[in-house]
Amino acid sequence: MKLLEYQAKAEVARAGITVPQGRLARSADEARAAARELGPVAVKAQVPIGGRGKAGGIRLARSPDEAASAAQEILAMTIRGYRVPSVWCEELLDIAGELYCGVAVDRDRRGLAVLLSLAGGVEIEEVAEATPGRIARLWPDPFAGPQPFEVRRLTFDACRGETVPGGLRPVQLAAQLVPLVRSLHDLVVRLDATLCEINPLVVTPAGRLIAGDAKLEVDPSAEFRHPDLAAAIGADGDAATSGEDPLEVQARQRGLTYVHLGGSIGIIGNGAGLVMNTLDLVTQQGGEPANFLDIGGGARAEVVTRALEMVTMDPAVRGIFVNIFGGITRGDEVARGVIAARDALGLRLPLVVRMTGTREEEGRQLLEQAGIIPAVGAPEAARAIVDLARGGDTPATAGSAR
Amino acid sequence: MSILVGRETRLLVQGMTGAEGTFHTEQMVAYGTTVVAGVSPGKGGTEHLGLPVFDTVRLAVDATGATAAAVFVPPPAAADAIMEAADAGIGLVVAITEGIPVLDTIRARAFAERRGVRLLGPNGPGLVSPGERTKVGIIPNHISRPGSIGVVSRSGTLTYEIIQALGRAGYGQSTSVGIGGDPVPGLGFADILQLFAADPATELVVMAGEIGGSDEEHAATVIGSGYPKPVVAFISGRSAPPGKRMGHAGAIISGTTGSPAAKVAALSAAGARVAETIEGIVDAVRARLGEPAPAG
Repeated sequence: MKLLEYQAKAEVARAGITVPQGRLARSADEARAAARELGPVAVKAQVPIGGRGKAGGIRLARSPDEAASAAQEILAMTIRGYRVPSVWCEELLDIAGELYCGVAVDRDRRGLAVLLSLAGGVEIEEVAEATPGRIARLWPDPFAGPQPFEVRRLTFDACRGETVPGGLRPVQLAAQLVPLVRSLHDLVVRLDATLCEINPLVVTPAGRLIAGDAKLEVDPSAEFRHPDLAAAIGADGDAATSGEDPLEVQARQRGLTYVHLGGSIGIIGNGAGLVMNTLDLVTQQGGEPANFLDIGGGARAEVVTRALEMVTMDPAVRGIFVNIFGGITRGDEVARGVIAARDALGLRLPLVVRMTGTREEEGRQLLEQAGIIPAVGAPEAARAIVDLARGGDTPATAGSAR
Repeated sequence: MSILVGRETRLLVQGMTGAEGTFHTEQMVAYGTTVVAGVSPGKGGTEHLGLPVFDTVRLAVDATGATAAAVFVPPPAAADAIMEAADAGIGLVVAITEGIPVLDTIRARAFAERRGVRLLGPNGPGLVSPGERTKVGIIPNHISRPGSIGVVSRSGTLTYEIIQALGRAGYGQSTSVGIGGDPVPGLGFADILQLFAADPATELVVMAGEIGGSDEEHAATVIGSGYPKPVVAFISGRSAPPGKRMGHAGAIISGTTGSPAAKVAALSAAGARVAETIEGIVDAVRARLGEPAPAG
């Protein structure tokens, strides 16, 4: 779950970190009023993606009228598929320099990492690629959090061979970063965030630190613990979801784990690894998977029906490959689901069903009786569906031999 | 022989009285696992499936001498359950639960590590040692057979397919282990490889990785540093686009990290044989070990 900039900044401010003054505007008039209050402002599109500036989604406005016309234009934009529902009008800062400070889950270290760099204002991935030595890292104890000495060490590491902007000495920068990093870390823990980045962390000519931009991503598995946050994202949900693939939105509403991939072979399987392997098999046979769809363990016939329905909502689908390992999921259940769905949907697309494991014989018998010839080997099944999908006019049901 | 679990394992099940816990406890007992207790706060003193139920893990350990725990507790309470088991002197905690917030897992993992407790999972199928008739988790009972292949994987059903394909070709397993599909696992590939290296019953290791993170690359470092046994590797998600989460919370290519090409390259360079299909895994095992001994 990605928060919008204004939502992320509100959380950062609540954590005690200074942010610029700003107002949210959903119309040109609201932007004019904001500029009257704040003076010259940056007018920034509120969309949950990076690269807004390059796309023209950030404009400077010296007067209330300029703010109104900038807002008018930006609110009419669609940036990389995301409609812009609101703009954040923010006071302009005097900038002596830009740092980067972030806290993120570090998979390799099995914990959170704090990253600090004096090369702020650009994507940290670019810094990591071009000048990895300019990023200092700290891995705090997961129970104690970052200690002052650790943040001092992080700061001295980051300042080695660099000139700190704003006339600050490294020890003065460290004195400001100790509370800032600790607040940021606490914020991440409190909100179950997987990432919180302040970039740029602006150094003013007077040597003060202000969060110029903030990016905050919350762990979707922790949504149950943060209903307010989920609701807040939903309230501005237009921005959070409008750029999303419409088929994926449909799937989520149906409680299905589905990823749209754009090819022509619909894929249904149980278990993430198995479905990924099914995509790979189809690709190896020269086909292009339309989607990833995992119906999970213990799936009942009704879930299989919903899955088939979902896959056929994609008009690009020319054939469907159902690949099930019956451990907890029983072969006869899957077969009943496939048959029921085919009949209910009046499915006329080629369909290859491959299943193995618990009650595979019963499942195959049911499929055969219903006129669907089941496959045994997965590579053969993949080849069969790729061939059938290419065939154009095909019978109502088709199968594959072993 | 086997790794992590064997005949001596005495298992308690956290969340045993729930639907999942009940079903899989029955399955584990039917397989031959010595299940000694269940833990469900508030249900202490009762019996479930003919097993005593305790309010706390510590009470269960004191009364039954449990050495391992299986966690079937829903996500909000799962990390707490892992820590409770680790604190009560359990040596191996196997977390089946999917959907635990990653920061919870990070803390529970560190808590267990500090007590010298091994955590397997979360979001994995657990493990099975067929020669020992011992299973902890949800791997289907009928697919495994005793033998000398060590299997380790990030996936569930794909692992079952591999186990079944190996078995149908006549190759049994010493132990099959699922490390789970979350971004932060307990034991990783490298840990399991080290355990298989020291297990005299394991002749060859099959390792099934997937996109996301760099655990496979760490495993490659272990394999490339004089690993004593042949390794057959497999990576799924080779056709997945970057930036899309493929079902598992951990299966995502982020920027340049987690790409299948890097994993395949690292494993090949380290001397592992990388197969492209499950059938290819079986072929690679056959090429290395020869025809299997007839089932007896």
